[in-house]
Amino acid sequence: MNVIEMNQVTKVFGKHQALDRLDLAVKSGEVFGFIGPNGAGKSTAIRVLLGMLRATNGTATIFGKDVWRDAVDIHRRVAYVPGDVHLWPQLTGGEVIDLFASLQGKINEQKRQQLLERFQLDPTKKCRTYSKGNRQKVALVAAFASDAELFLLDEPTSGLDPLMEKIFQQCVEEVKAEGKTVLLSSHILSEVEKLCDRVGIIRQGRLIECGTLNELRHLTRMQLTVETRTPIESLVLWQGVHDVVPTESGWTFHADAEEMEAIMQKLSAHGIRKIESAPPTLEDLFMRHYEETTESREV
Amino acid sequence: MKGVPFSGVLRLSRFIIRQDRMRYMWWLVGIIGMTLIVPPAFNELYPTEQDRNIMAETMKNPAMEAMVGPGDLANYTLGAMVSHQMLLMTAIAVAIMNILLMVRHTRAEEEDGQAELLRSLPIARHSQLIASMFTLFGVNLLLASLIGIGLYSLSFESMGLSGSLIYGASLGAVGLFFAGVTAVCAQLSESSRGAVGLSFTIMIGCYVMRSVTEWIPPFGWLTQVQPYSNNNWVPVVGLLGTSILWFVLAVVLQGNRDIGSGFLPSRSGRAHASILLRHPIGLAWRLQRTAFISWSIGMLVLGLSYGSVLGDLDSFFQNNDLLASMIVADENSSLTAQFLPMLMAVLAFISTIPALLSIHKLVGEERKSRVEHLLGRAVSRNQLLGSYLIVSVCTGFLMLSFSALGLWLAGTTSMEDPFTFPTVWQASIVHFPAVVTMIAISTCLIGVAQKATGFVWLYLFYGFLTLYLGGLFQFPNWMEKLSPFGYVSKLPIEDMNWLSAGGLLAVAVILLVFGMNRYTNRDIEG
Repeated sequence: MNVIEMNQVTKVFGKHQALDRLDLAVKSGEVFGFIGPNGAGKSTAIRVLLGMLRATNGTATIFGKDVWRDAVDIHRRVAYVPGDVHLWPQLTGGEVIDLFASLQGKINEQKRQQLLERFQLDPTKKCRTYSKGNRQKVALVAAFASDAELFLLDEPTSGLDPLMEKIFQQCVEEVKAEGKTVLLSSHILSEVEKLCDRVGIIRQGRLIECGTLNELRHLTRMQLTVETRTPIESLVLWQGVHDVVPTESGWTFHADAEEMEAIMQKLSAHGIRKIESAPPTLEDLFMRHYEETTESREV
Repeated sequence: MKGVPFSGVLRLSRFIIRQDRMRYMWWLVGIIGMTLIVPPAFNELYPTEQDRNIMAETMKNPAMEAMVGPGDLANYTLGAMVSHQMLLMTAIAVAIMNILLMVRHTRAEEEDGQAELLRSLPIARHSQLIASMFTLFGVNLLLASLIGIGLYSLSFESMGLSGSLIYGASLGAVGLFFAGVTAVCAQLSESSRGAVGLSFTIMIGCYVMRSVTEWIPPFGWLTQVQPYSNNNWVPVVGLLGTSILWFVLAVVLQGNRDIGSGFLPSRSGRAHASILLRHPIGLAWRLQRTAFISWSIGMLVLGLSYGSVLGDLDSFFQNNDLLASMIVADENSSLTAQFLPMLMAVLAFISTIPALLSIHKLVGEERKSRVEHLLGRAVSRNQLLGSYLIVSVCTGFLMLSFSALGLWLAGTTSMEDPFTFPTVWQASIVHFPAVVTMIAISTCLIGVAQKATGFVWLYLFYGFLTLYLGGLFQFPNWMEKLSPFGYVSKLPIEDMNWLSAGGLLAVAVILLVFGMNRYTNRDIEG
């Protein structure tokens, strides 16, 4: 069952098209990574899902309910953490957490206390004195202390130190183990790689790639390092071979997944002495799409 | 930096001036402008000795004396009148300037970490504090001289050179006094807000205590100066001496603390939200609590000051044709009763300001991306806007009531034949439908074009102009009717017009429903 469904959602601000027929489906119980460069439309999509922005066209539902019309109903089961958390300077962190929790339902006092300790947040300080990371912790504690079934996290770790990032990752894994659904927008790719079951890449308001990391890897290139008995002169010209770099005694290059069989046959003709392969990282995937974006812009 | 306790002071002073020269200029222009504009205006309004004596009569009551202090009422020349009515108020403005500037140069810099950067350079520990004092000494000296010369150059007969100079000097001395107080507070408190708060508390405390006994510095001493009549230099010298003591204390305190720390422990807040704060309306109230309390006190004091002059109004009107032409002539009621609707209208316009500020708070919250925390949870747009509306409407109602209460309280003590409280309160609360209509207009703007909410202030000002000055300039009647305040019955001299009050409320409800509908159907920014 899909918890989030967006069908052909378009959002236009004046002349700027922020979302362009975006299709997105997030299944129940999965952690979905939502990646893309700044300005690609990640936050706009999340704000449409929260019912803050009204889609110009298309339909979006959460739990099968319309995100605009049934916003309040949906929000009872949703926790949202924005990337840039703005709080009221005159309230303390503890007051804000309680306010948030009570606007949603019941406060789980034990969970709250436990999360405060894990995130090392002093709830008696005024929000005025909190750093960006501490404001983010306030929102994270409020979110993870709630009984939400869906977590919408919009770049939630941009101000956290590596230690706190780790705790955040544990929290996501815990809610996942409870069978809850998470939409994690991020551009910290290692984090997405570590946490997410499926990944969607958004560019210029459209979802251009979506699937499990394994599926996406098939679509893309493997990094190979080879040493052969006889030298390969024409490697650069081979179909499906990219980014050829000579090493001390061989070559390093990227190979298209669909050409892999042919490439391997040609390689063995030269007598493989040593071969190493590495799966593409999410960063490679992302950079490939990102480069295409910039290339198409230059055209 | 042993042996060079003041190294870097001059360079730092130059640096401070370089950073803040525009800020200084605007403060000086504001305060000097406010001072120089008054004597010609008074001269226009009260051209003869007789006019001024009537004014002196109305000043002879405890409420006025508590507000502006004693004056030379027996010989109420133009100069005596200016220094009596303006000196204390201007001194408060000068005090505020000094408090804000001093905290900016000292504790705020420390809080932001700039002080740390500077102090890692070959600069003595006290240099920043001393440079701030130097700079503010210069600012106050400039203020004192410009006001002194400026007042003298107006060349009114009763405003001579020595009086003008002492007028300026006493303001500068009060300024230095508060620069010193603030320098101490900046050592005590750990945060810049705390330092500002502490300094303001001391300032308000001094002002209030002065009405009890005139020997409380600095305001009590200030009112002893009495420029243009007594020209008493002793309090000015006293103030300067006390300022030096404050500065020395600040330097000693700074020498005994670590950078970034204070002497007063920083209070930690609540770890949990109170029951009240667990609902959108509780939050809306909490965010505006301080503003609400300040405005309530303000409206009460304003009501008190208006009420305190009621007793002498009758005699005053007979001698002031200008004011008499501003109100409707009617043989059946006393001039004071005829004056009441106009006083109430002015108070109602001012009461509208906090009510509108209250509903506009929601716009600020949206701009600062804080409404998304609420709307992202189980709070509907109607609930959110409704919470702010309730706070705003209640604020309007209570402000009208507080101003009426103040006016009635002071009126009963100063009038021979005082109004009853219901009379005064009704004359005030009759404006409530108009206030609600203004709130409804703001609500519409928030729903339709939240960037344009500022226009409601223009509209309020238009209403004020047509009503307040309409009688004087003989504006046509329809101009008044373009503002909701044009439909308010002038109680107690007119009968209550329930139709127009009901009509206003009906219009307000329609606008509110429309505004809420638009708000629930638009994008939330931020």
